[in-house]
Amino acid sequence: MITDAPRIVTSRLGHSDSHTLERYLATGGYEGLRAALARPPAEIREEVDKASLLGRGGAGFPAGRKWSMLRPAEITYLVINGDESEPATFKDHLLIERDPHQVIEGTIIAAYALGVAQAFIFCRGEFALGLERLSQAVNEAYAHGALGRNIFGSGWSLDLVIHPGAGAYICGEETALLESLEGKRGFPRIKPPYFPAAIGLYGAPTVVNNIETMSNLPWIVRNGGAAFAALGQGSSTGTRLFALSGRVERPGWYELEMSKTTFADLIMDPSLGGGVKDGHDLKAFIPGGVSAPWFGPEHLSLGLDQDAVAKQGSMLGSGSVVVMDDTTCAVRAAWRITRFFYRESCGQCTPCREGSGWLEKILRRIEEGAGREADLDLLMDACDNIAPGVSWPPQQTTICVLGPSIPSSIASGIRMFRDEFLLHVKEGGCPMRDAR
Amino acid sequence: MAALTPENFERARAIVALYPKARSALIPLCHLAQSQDGWLTPEAMEDIAALVGVTPAEVRGTASFYDMLHTEPVGRHVIAVCTNIACMLGGAYELLEHAEEHLGIAVGQTTADGEFTIEEAECLAGCDTAPCVQVNHRFFGPLDAASFDALCERLRSGELGGDVPHHGTLCRVERAVGLLATEGERGGDER
Ligand SMILES: Cc1cc2nc3c(=O)[nH]c(=O)nc-3n(C[C@H](O)[C@H](O)[C@H](O)COP(=O)(O)O)c2cc1C
Ligand code: SF4
Ligand code: FES
Repeated sequence: MITDAPRIVTSRLGHSDSHTLERYLATGGYEGLRAALARPPAEIREEVDKASLLGRGGAGFPAGRKWSMLRPAEITYLVINGDESEPATFKDHLLIERDPHQVIEGTIIAAYALGVAQAFIFCRGEFALGLERLSQAVNEAYAHGALGRNIFGSGWSLDLVIHPGAGAYICGEETALLESLEGKRGFPRIKPPYFPAAIGLYGAPTVVNNIETMSNLPWIVRNGGAAFAALGQGSSTGTRLFALSGRVERPGWYELEMSKTTFADLIMDPSLGGGVKDGHDLKAFIPGGVSAPWFGPEHLSLGLDQDAVAKQGSMLGSGSVVVMDDTTCAVRAAWRITRFFYRESCGQCTPCREGSGWLEKILRRIEEGAGREADLDLLMDACDNIAPGVSWPPQQTTICVLGPSIPSSIASGIRMFRDEFLLHVKEGGCPMRDAR
Repeated sequence: MAALTPENFERARAIVALYPKARSALIPLCHLAQSQDGWLTPEAMEDIAALVGVTPAEVRGTASFYDMLHTEPVGRHVIAVCTNIACMLGGAYELLEHAEEHLGIAVGQTTADGEFTIEEAECLAGCDTAPCVQVNHRFFGPLDAASFDALCERLRSGELGGDVPHHGTLCRVERAVGLLATEGERGGDER
């Protein structure tokens, strides 16, 4: 780590057996839960509030505030979002496979703080090993007395079920996730209600939180919310697990103190990203998953800070940074990202369903050399139909924000690399084809 | 083959019992059926429908929404090559092209011997090992042409048997206990 902040969610990952109960118990495992059970649930909620823990799933909503919105009812649920499918994001995958007990302990702590009737971890179906590790860990947690009846003799009881997904990006959207968990197609629900905290699983009030959000809880309970909030700056507290990929020497995961570490540190520092691949020049980078507008080299000095990134017109989103260098074709990159949205649109809303298809087709023809100059305006027009004004944050005309996320890469590409788009048209093909 | 075996029918019942409402078990039961047959047979879908209280058409209609659920037979090894942004920047399309050539099939097709199916995948959350490939949802990567060919050879010979179970087998760890917290307090809920 660049700063001297402790490792919070990756503290065990240096051990090859980090996923086992034995290692977990030898490294402070389930002590957070024991400490939590000794206090009333309201105090745990206060600690999380004090920590200002921002949700790590993409929207960055404060966990404490979300919890306070849970509508009181006889039956409430907690559902953990482990569907991780935002392109270039692989941090939850890591936490699930390498420290499943930490995910589970965090989930139990949250369930206790919220007083829910039952908890579910929705794990992306493609994570076969992750599902096995989580299932094994749940079995061990029951045998250890951390789940089931009368947990650690506290008189409080909880059941936790691991639920496998079946391959659909849209199920990461929390209301689609709940539909899927109800055994249906993963169609996002019409808002309002805006939050499942009002109406969620089976119509009951439900908190949906991300895997990494949960993984922070054992540490927060053991060390206090104030210790967490002392890390980082402003609203970006604690550390965050970043996933670095693309044209970079050392792709991988890095847990970094928020705000006090910069994109330049993450991408260039020899102990982190190690610089652009093969000594090439940085062309652009995506700061927070493919739904986020792109940044250029001038943004490198920006801190890994939710508000700072938002102020510059993008988002820290899912914590995944993709590096593009001078061999990367901006048209091809925008095309591939758009193709993803086209393939994953659930099809409920016309602008998203039709728009993504049109955009993909136009971008492909530009990349393949059959584009026209007018295609650039056509692209922006179609983007405007999906998210009027093509501003950031985007205006929403659709049921969920998948649709309004589509323009990000296209508008970025055209804004930053207009000449490159035009060169494709003029030369009748990709000028960088031979560079890759 | 086809309908759920008595053992799997029992497993299915135990899975249904984990949820407040039976229909929530629909997708887990589809995975169970795929682990038995490698794909979702019409007979298995009928069993699932009966188990969760919907019509077979609803099972099919739901399953068809999801990429991992196959209502038609697929190869013993489903090779998913991710071509999304990070993998594309690492040469995924070149790898996919090579895979098609090497196996003599296009994306979506199965080799004549039923050994391999190729899929073009979206991001598999293995972007630090680009280009990333999954075989029956077990991770491999980064792969180049030579290591891809070697992998196919090892899959064909069965050498990877334990690491790569046949298609459809997802989680080989079964839940050891049912719901305990509410034991004895339940009843009257929708089943
Ligand atoms: C299209 C789409 C995909 C999403 N995918 C994920 C995902 O894979 N994992 C996740 O935790 N959140 C995802 N989210 C965000 C969730 O809707 C939700 O905000 C989040 O799970 C809440 O957890 P948090 O508050 O702890 O961040 C997605 C949102 C959208 C619109
Ligand atoms: S915006 Fe797209 S993905 Fe979201 S509900 Fe509408 S059609 Fe589905
Ligand atoms: S982009 Fe290929 S695994 Fe993420």
